Amino acid sequence: MKVLLRNPRRELDINGPVRVHRLIEHLGLNRESVLVIRGDTLVPGDAVLEDSDVVEIRPVISGGSSP
Amino acid sequence: MRCRRCRKPAVIEIRRHNAAFCAPCLEHHCREQVARAVHDFAMFEPGQRVLIAVSGGKDSLGLWDLLLDLGYAAEGLYLGLGIEGAGGYSDQSAAFTHAFASRRDAPLITVDLPADYGYDIPGGAAAARRAPCSACGLSKRHLFNRAALDGGFDVVATGHNLDDEAAVLFGNVLRWNTEYLGRQLPVLPAADGFVRKVKPLVRLGEREMAAYCVVRGIDYIVEECPMAIGNRHLGYKEALNAIEDRSPGTKQVFYFGFLERASAHFRPAATTAQEGLHPCPSCGSPTTAAQCAFCSLVSRARAGGAEAGAGAGAEVGVAGAGAEMGVAGAGAEMGVAGAEAEVTEVAVPGPRRVR
Repeated sequence: MKVLLRNPRRELDINGPVRVHRLIEHLGLNRESVLVIRGDTLVPGDAVLEDSDVVEIRPVISGGSSP
Repeated sequence: MRCRRCRKPAVIEIRRHNAAFCAPCLEHHCREQVARAVHDFAMFEPGQRVLIAVSGGKDSLGLWDLLLDLGYAAEGLYLGLGIEGAGGYSDQSAAFTHAFASRRDAPLITVDLPADYGYDIPGGAAAARRAPCSACGLSKRHLFNRAALDGGFDVVATGHNLDDEAAVLFGNVLRWNTEYLGRQLPVLPAADGFVRKVKPLVRLGEREMAAYCVVRGIDYIVEECPMAIGNRHLGYKEALNAIEDRSPGTKQVFYFGFLERASAHFRPAATTAQEGLHPCPSCGSPTTAAQCAFCSLVSRARAGGAEAGAGAGAEVGVAGAGAEMGVAGAGAEMGVAGAEAEVTEVAVPGPRRVR
């Protein structure tokens, strides 16, 4: 599957099937810090991602100077 | 995984609530949490005018969407910061903000630092020898407060979420910044020269807010501000998330436990720090210095940093001390140490209503 990562933006090829929480773990990410979006739909940690999927791992942490 | 409310397939789990939600129930959850925060902390009433500090990010746009859906008279104020980065960070942020306002047919006011005040954040920070996030926060606090007072708004609402507040609290505890601990509240009441400030997202984490924007189809700027990368605040968030991963709910217990059981102990320190305020001769904002920190920043930025580093107009605790302001929680520009002798008049252009 194609996996899009941000900050910095990059793309990885990862073999499926794999559960979302395993993918996050494999990438060394914290599940509290990201969302996983398949196509344009959010998927929970127990969802299974297939080889044909296009997946975005979207960081949710932001932290400059807030107003 | 099933939705806790309707038992349909879930799209997100929220471990601190031991819950999962489908998309419609996630929207319901977020509206419910905001409504509860507004009610429990008596933030504002229906019919009052709310000015939302909008950045083009998930929290401020999500907050705007939520308050509109809850029936509040919420208008947006966007501040152009002149930050470039890959793809033009400020240009992208502005585009997302304008697109949202257009889609919701919501009133939007804009202020542009380079056009209206003659500096951008990178240049202003360098000239004033401040960290970029410090110059940015100072500019935002001053200009949002000014726009709200001038526009007759009852309250300024910011998109600070539970993660933001927990991280600021963490930083202030690590350094025992008692003055800031005394002011880190979901509501800062109005005072002479200061509009009321509220944080309606304190019951929602930033993962919930990002998810809310995804399910609502709200496009926002995902990339981090290039000036903020690697800052201390992000490090605190990462540390707290490492704890949260092992022990879900820790951030909520930390922050709300502070509000319920510790916050009042620090109020005297915050009160003492605000004594001796008087109007800035340039702009009228409360300050304890000869000139407020914002006017000092503008003067230095316009002078190209020729006088930078004299120590004037500093916010208490920011310059040098590395304090965590909680930014929206701070409100005051105190300018105690090293007051500047020379006062420069600063022209104050008005904000533009674009919708």
